[in-house]
Amino acid sequence: MRVELRGITKCFGSLRANDNISLSVPPSTIEGVLGENGAGKSTLMKILSGFYSPDSGDILLDGKKVKIDAPADAIRQGIGMLHQDPQDFPPLKVIDDFILGKKGGLLPNRKNAARDFRELSSRFDFSIDPETYVDSLTVGERQQLEILRLLWLGARILILDEPTTGISLPQKEKLFATLKKLASEGMTILFVSHKLEDVEALCSRATVLRQGKLIGSMEPPFDTRVLVEMMFGKEVPQEPKTQLQVGTTVLSVKHIDLDGIRIQIKGVNLQVRAGEVIGLAGMEGSGQTLFLSACAGLSQPVGGSFCLDEEEKEMTGRTYHEFRKKGVAYLPAARLEQALIPGLSLTEHFILSEGMRGFFIDRKKSEELAKSRISLFNIKGKPESTVESLSGGNQQRALLALMRDPLKLILVEHPTRGLDIESTIYIWGKLKERCARGTAIVFISSDLDEILKYSDRVLVFFAGKVTPPLDANTLSVERLGRLIGGKDWDTLGTEAAHA
Amino acid sequence: MNNSALVTSIAGVLAAAAPILFAVIGETISERAGVLNLSMNGMILLSAMGSFAVALATGSVVLGFLMGAAIGALVSLIVAFASLTLLQSQVAVGFVLALLCRDLSYFLGNPIMGKVGPRISQVPIPGLERIPILGTILFRQDVMTYFSFILIVAAWFFVFRTKPGLTLRGVGERPTAAYIRGANVNRLRYLYAAIGGAIAGLAGPIYSLSIKAGWKGTISGLDGIGWIVLSITIFGGWKPFRAAFGAYLFAFLQWLGLVLQPSLPSVPSQVLQVAPFPLMILTLLFVNIGNAEWVDRSLARLPENVRRDIARVLRAMNATPPAALGAPFEKE
Repeated sequence: MRVELRGITKCFGSLRANDNISLSVPPSTIEGVLGENGAGKSTLMKILSGFYSPDSGDILLDGKKVKIDAPADAIRQGIGMLHQDPQDFPPLKVIDDFILGKKGGLLPNRKNAARDFRELSSRFDFSIDPETYVDSLTVGERQQLEILRLLWLGARILILDEPTTGISLPQKEKLFATLKKLASEGMTILFVSHKLEDVEALCSRATVLRQGKLIGSMEPPFDTRVLVEMMFGKEVPQEPKTQLQVGTTVLSVKHIDLDGIRIQIKGVNLQVRAGEVIGLAGMEGSGQTLFLSACAGLSQPVGGSFCLDEEEKEMTGRTYHEFRKKGVAYLPAARLEQALIPGLSLTEHFILSEGMRGFFIDRKKSEELAKSRISLFNIKGKPESTVESLSGGNQQRALLALMRDPLKLILVEHPTRGLDIESTIYIWGKLKERCARGTAIVFISSDLDEILKYSDRVLVFFAGKVTPPLDANTLSVERLGRLIGGKDWDTLGTEAAHA
Repeated sequence: MNNSALVTSIAGVLAAAAPILFAVIGETISERAGVLNLSMNGMILLSAMGSFAVALATGSVVLGFLMGAAIGALVSLIVAFASLTLLQSQVAVGFVLALLCRDLSYFLGNPIMGKVGPRISQVPIPGLERIPILGTILFRQDVMTYFSFILIVAAWFFVFRTKPGLTLRGVGERPTAAYIRGANVNRLRYLYAAIGGAIAGLAGPIYSLSIKAGWKGTISGLDGIGWIVLSITIFGGWKPFRAAFGAYLFAFLQWLGLVLQPSLPSVPSQVLQVAPFPLMILTLLFVNIGNAEWVDRSLARLPENVRRDIARVLRAMNATPPAALGAPFEKE
């Protein structure tokens, strides 16, 4: 089905999220919609899927004007959207989640639904058990579930909003294969992303949005330099990798055994030295988060021990509060839910994190502090802006600005998830600045390039197994990808980097 | 105590639990949709008074029960309107309504205080009532107690086995996702708040037209029931069968208080009367103890095999509320 958007405009207050956008996508096409965060991609897609109503403009399907006022209308027209954050129901069983929203009948026909689910799964080579619970799936599997569900509802136009953030490499490959197959069967696909390499690998055309306006389109072969220029209006400089200057040990992990709800890890050994960066790679849910949170006292090990500072301070069984006092900081992936306090302004965050003395708040002083940090960390926002009003990239900058100085060890989950290239480079610039002053960093990422580019050593997690630390300089993307997918593990014993 | 007295007592506990059951199931349905109706305590009093007044005036218990359901639905719709349309706090509105409805029922009920009016009586089911023991326990009850048995199964079936029930769970869990799948979130919330309110509103007439027939104002002994209903809803983990267990447990504890009274003359009677309330709260604490971090920490010190078993039991007992309970739905 041909999708046409004509003169779509949508404002939120004074912000023009979409400014007179016109776009036409023929069937059997995978259209890449590129742009940095806040460019208006998601808004445009949410208009097409009925989540928002446009202020002006029309939507045409196969040349016919259609009225889409609510998601229910879009579903009826065969438009299905996979949201960036999978819109499913974690406490439900997969099969119930699959059925929820399907029209017709008082009683669900579980048997038929399960049969259809299995048929669809096998068509795309997915393996999800319909009787498990949604919250036990990885982000990638939840996407697969959503795609199957949308197909089952009869979607002929599929919108995917940033589907490659938060899924592993094998899952990404599977997703791309699925999309190509669907497009070859006549599906119209809109693929929203800020990742150039994904769009280049997958799409039959790329359209770029910037600040709510449509900048232009490009067909393959794609010229990365031109696309970057279209996205940012300028070329973004890439920083070269600096030579590692390691110092004394800041954290030693000895024979740590961990026991999570769904995963067990046994016997991890690691020495983290001042100034180095350690990347934790693996499919989502392979144990990285469990391990990282244990390094900060946020979850307790079943066996083994943690020591800070050349084995002087035994920290096993201590709380995060005590780790924090010793100079450890933890940045969770859920920035707004776990790291910041929605409803409080930037100034108020700085007041809280600085722990200013006295009973009364020194308005003037705290405002000055906020102003200086905002300019120092290049945050797009005012001292009185609430944190939830900031974009993801600016929230992450604010988190960096809130961290105490100096620190011994920074533990980060997905430091650049959902961020655009510019913010990514900025965030890593700030993190590396800290390294140069002797802070060690341990981070989780599902982005292989990020792992290889910024780490000095890498630990790969697979189903609770952990590799010895591997030297990032000699590790190739292919090999890392194979390890993440559970291959080549038998060859590891001999070539572990000096731990 | 001999056998037949025990059997009669069990039958009595089942009947005494019926109004609590209606209220708990009604609240469970409303909360499943995301609407927290804190006005329960006042609502039960007002519907007890109102339904007795109607039954007294018309001589019809059926109209009385309808009045009870109508009052329940109306009060719930006020909470729903204030929270869903006016975006006010469900807790604040519900709490104020709880107080308002209580005082209103005392004030408006003055003219009918102590009067004798119609009531429903036991309707033994022919044949079945003659089954030894079970017949007395289950089949020599009044109509509403029979309905209370059916209600448990019907509510469970609706919530966990039907499509609308599935959508109901989705709306209370993740309204945005439900909206994306085509559900009209606020309309459904109004609907289930009204249905839940109507079911809970039947608790009032079950008291005033059956168990504690008549209206006795402040000495009706109904004040406080609504609050325990709210805690049994949590105890029940928003699941009908577990909620029913909670209702029966509470009714049993109340009965126990009455029975123990004569054999413990040294204990003031007030102690045994209020004992079920703190006991219920203790049970609640015990049920949800698995959520606490200190429990995790102390469990970490136990040997692995023991710890795993305890953790499994705690996790099974643990109940999580509908994630969007009390939160208004807005599109980002």
